[in-house]
Amino acid sequence: MNKLNENPIYNNDIVKLFTIATVFWGIVGFAVGVFIALQMAFPVLNFGEYLTFGRLRPLHTSAVVFAFGGNALFATSYFSVQRTCRTRLWGDNWAKFTFWGYQFFIVMAAIGYVTGVTQAKEYAEPEWYADLWLTFVWVAYLIVFMMTLKNRREPHIYVGNWFFLAFIVTVAVLHLANNVAVPVSFLGAKSYPAWGGVQSAMIQWWYAHNAVGFFLTAGFLGIMYYFVPKRAGRPVYSYRLSILHFWSLIFMYIWAGPHHLHYTALPDWAQTLGMTFSIMLWMPSWGGMINGMMTLSGAWHKLREDPVLRFMIISLAFYGMSTFEGPLMSIKTVNALSHYTDWTIGHVHSGALGWVAFITFGALYHLVPILWKRSGLYSMKLVNLHLWIATLGIVLYITAMWVSGIMQGLMWRSYDSMGFLEYSFVETVMAMHPFYVIRAAGGSLFLIGSLIMAYNLYRTARGDKSPEMIAAEEAAHA
Amino acid sequence: MLKHHAKIEKNSVLLLIFTVIVVSIGGIVEILPLFRKETTIEPVQGIRPYTPLELAGQNVYIREGCYNCHSQQIRALRDEVERYGHYSLAAESMYDHPFQWGSKRTGPDLARVGGKYSDDWHVQHMSNPQALVPESIMPPYPHLSERVVNLDDIADDLKALRAVGVPYSDEMVSNASRDAYAQATQDSDYLDGLFERYGDKVNARNFDSQNHTSEMDALIAYLQVLGTMAELKDYKAAPPRSTPARGGNQ
Repeated sequence: MNKLNENPIYNNDIVKLFTIATVFWGIVGFAVGVFIALQMAFPVLNFGEYLTFGRLRPLHTSAVVFAFGGNALFATSYFSVQRTCRTRLWGDNWAKFTFWGYQFFIVMAAIGYVTGVTQAKEYAEPEWYADLWLTFVWVAYLIVFMMTLKNRREPHIYVGNWFFLAFIVTVAVLHLANNVAVPVSFLGAKSYPAWGGVQSAMIQWWYAHNAVGFFLTAGFLGIMYYFVPKRAGRPVYSYRLSILHFWSLIFMYIWAGPHHLHYTALPDWAQTLGMTFSIMLWMPSWGGMINGMMTLSGAWHKLREDPVLRFMIISLAFYGMSTFEGPLMSIKTVNALSHYTDWTIGHVHSGALGWVAFITFGALYHLVPILWKRSGLYSMKLVNLHLWIATLGIVLYITAMWVSGIMQGLMWRSYDSMGFLEYSFVETVMAMHPFYVIRAAGGSLFLIGSLIMAYNLYRTARGDKSPEMIAAEEAAHA
Repeated sequence: MLKHHAKIEKNSVLLLIFTVIVVSIGGIVEILPLFRKETTIEPVQGIRPYTPLELAGQNVYIREGCYNCHSQQIRALRDEVERYGHYSLAAESMYDHPFQWGSKRTGPDLARVGGKYSDDWHVQHMSNPQALVPESIMPPYPHLSERVVNLDDIADDLKALRAVGVPYSDEMVSNASRDAYAQATQDSDYLDGLFERYGDKVNARNFDSQNHTSEMDALIAYLQVLGTMAELKDYKAAPPRSTPARGGNQ
């Protein structure tokens, strides 16, 4: 029997689970984000012991990065690796373990944050027991992915899978090295990290910047490399560019961490190395953006017709913008102004909302009709509505943070005519209030957009069609 | 190049191995040299491990997520040095596991907050920040005063820290609990031992003026020591090691 003609039965059930989790955690993460944004504008919203900003901020970052982003990566990597390898996902039970194991990790971490269990390392707050559990889940993920690659019925490994593989294995390395810790007792939650002081700072930012570089960039480029060509119905723009920007991106990202530690007690040579590589990183980043955008060559008209594709292309535009802003902010003299301010927060969100979330939304709109075997989405109008509400929200968010960040940085270093510092710290806090209100409004719009998406996807999964879609289909048949 | 690359593209294990090699280089080059402490951490007199009470306070600081809004790292920039004091030295956080440098200043830097405000100010500020600074957006922490801080097992914390390289002596570990209570008690009988082990600069008093030793006591003991250990008067920055200027135009 000719194996190639056999239609492999893909494991869609696991992708469905991860898809539902992505939407669920996305809404949770965005909602907590809106709430803590409101806390910064109106501090009276800090209720009691468990819901203070200090405890909810890690909940927000983890919910968005690891719960929303992580589940999106699981869903899309499991979906696309099967199709690009033309084989079923290896190990049904292993895959199921990665799902429930990962959700268990998220819940464990979240309960820890609210009750004050934290390692106090940004984006690596979960304590030792949760870290250990995540290690098992992650190794299972790597095994499932590698075994599926091994079973492939295509001679070449598709470029999207290089990015997914680099993301999985590098995150494993980062997670292990950053989280080495000695528990105080076997039955207690508290541990002390192995690294202290300067070394702790360097290793933490090596980790955290590559959580951005590999979790939020390489992994999501994997999504881009499958879903953009699929949606546009065009092959990837340049194969050579894929090779070049893949290897240069993963090589250079690792060096960029010290740009979070400019002018600190970290030795100067390390700061300079970090800055140098961060600036160079601009090139491979734009290599990916160009490769994605130019995939539309000859199919640009589809942007007018397909709001799902529009999500993907706008996400690439935000990716290009934030990977230009990042190298700019890594220059020491710019960083002297931007560091410790909201400019950083704005930068992160143009990446997280504009790039990560938008490419995910695009992929979800593409995935759900396929997974639930529907002919199309419930409503394209609602996709379009989501697109514009969310875009407006992002623009409000990042412009508010640019203004408040640059303003606060300038106020901190402002001198009066007598040569004294012009502003007390709290005066700079007061000045930011209006921008915190605008930021919360922008975040709320983004949250509303995601609720519209959840509704649209739910109706799609049920097999419903909006009147507008029925009319369009009838017109097509007439 | 494309021909050779095809080999990697057709072999998942090879792809995995190459990826691991490529992503390892940067981290190795930037991180490993930092463990040569003599070139990373400039020596400065006065730095000691935290007392058990200060350590308990740091754990409260970590638990409440203070690092999300407060940095503890004064950069070597004119306005920061004028606002907060001498720029932070690597040695000053060498016993912090993990470092508390932070990344955002929603509130001011705390690297040298020690001694800047009275204990009483801290108690009131922590319980209701807006009572002292009406424009502040800091959350209130009244529960810290009410809750008794657990110091009975603090020796285990010292042991764990010793395992990761903080030089706590056997004496410090075996007297940890007693030292902790002594530091938070006005005129305790056990102060001599505390001073002997941690130096006589240690702030020992009833920080929050309550009868029980609260989490507030521990947190204030921690805040009041921040940035005060280093003998900065005697500290001289190492001269730049770059080659002398070749021109003579200055």
